[in-house]
Amino acid sequence: MTARAFLIRGLIAGLVAGIATFFVAYSVGEPHVETAIALEESGTAAEEAPTDASHDHGDEAAGGHSHTHSHSHGDEGEDTEVSRDSQRTWGLLTGSLAVGLVLGGIVALVAAGTIGRMGRLQPGQSTALITLLGFVAFALVPFLKYPANPPAVGSGDTIGDRTALYFGFVVVSVLTAVAATYVALRLRNRLGTYGGVVAGAAGYLAVMVVAGQLFATVNEVGDFPADTLWFFRRASLFTLATMWGVIGVVLTGLVGRLYAAQTERAQRRALAASL
Amino acid sequence: MSQVSAVPVAGAPSVPTIPFGQLAPWALFFGLLGTLVLFFVSTDQGAVSLLAGTAIHEWVHDGRHLLGYPCH
Ligand SMILES: [Zn+2]
Repeated sequence: MTARAFLIRGLIAGLVAGIATFFVAYSVGEPHVETAIALEESGTAAEEAPTDASHDHGDEAAGGHSHTHSHSHGDEGEDTEVSRDSQRTWGLLTGSLAVGLVLGGIVALVAAGTIGRMGRLQPGQSTALITLLGFVAFALVPFLKYPANPPAVGSGDTIGDRTALYFGFVVVSVLTAVAATYVALRLRNRLGTYGGVVAGAAGYLAVMVVAGQLFATVNEVGDFPADTLWFFRRASLFTLATMWGVIGVVLTGLVGRLYAAQTERAQRRALAASL
Repeated sequence: MSQVSAVPVAGAPSVPTIPFGQLAPWALFFGLLGTLVLFFVSTDQGAVSLLAGTAIHEWVHDGRHLLGYPCH
């Protein structure tokens, strides 16, 4: 049980997770990215088109926003450097693999630091718990405050503010989760496991509810069709859940096997010594 | 913390820990590298630009959207 052994297993888990994430993102998410881009393009073209009462939201998706984002989506010409075909295949695979490897490695190193330090949890169990906490703190709770947006939603003018808000919220969430876990483990000595876990979870929840109130709300949805927005966001959540779920499953399995092998070696040595 | 609470049963040895001192260089090195990679996938050539151009942004564009990062 060394940091190196954990990191290697984390990178393996991250590689598998990155591949799985790509397939989920490609098959579940890309259709809605394509729909959004089609709306974005027809939206800019149809700004002068007659708006047909209040029901035809599709054609005016981008209406009301000054779309000054510097990048195009492949079909728009101008400064196109990467085609849509590349973006939704190799580009998406690159992003998925890179994020998978990074998250896998980081989760494994955090798990390495917590084995034997989380009550009586076995290494595999504490690793699974760390991954679950990582998903909640790094992905799920930030998503609830600042959900993913498809192309065509969001003004290029506010990307700076939205990026700062998003990562600020992620930092608050992760730091709060770390503190809450530490408090839960300390309280466990006095209150028992049940009391410690409830206190830690309640503490995290309380801080994040307050933070959620303090952080500015972003709403640049405009007239973007609600069904496409929901489908895209649901697909994004599936993508994130795949990433973290696969990291958790693979890494927990690998750490469990590592510990079992080490335990067996130690037992054999003890047996040999006792003879 | 936990070592006192459980008398190690034969066959169920107490879980070993990895000293933080041994972990620190790995965490520091991979933490920095990982943050840099995450930055390039999630943010570069958007709100902040470390490298000029839009090629990286374009290449990881769909991942940026589907993994929930602010893109445009
Ligand atoms: Zn975009």
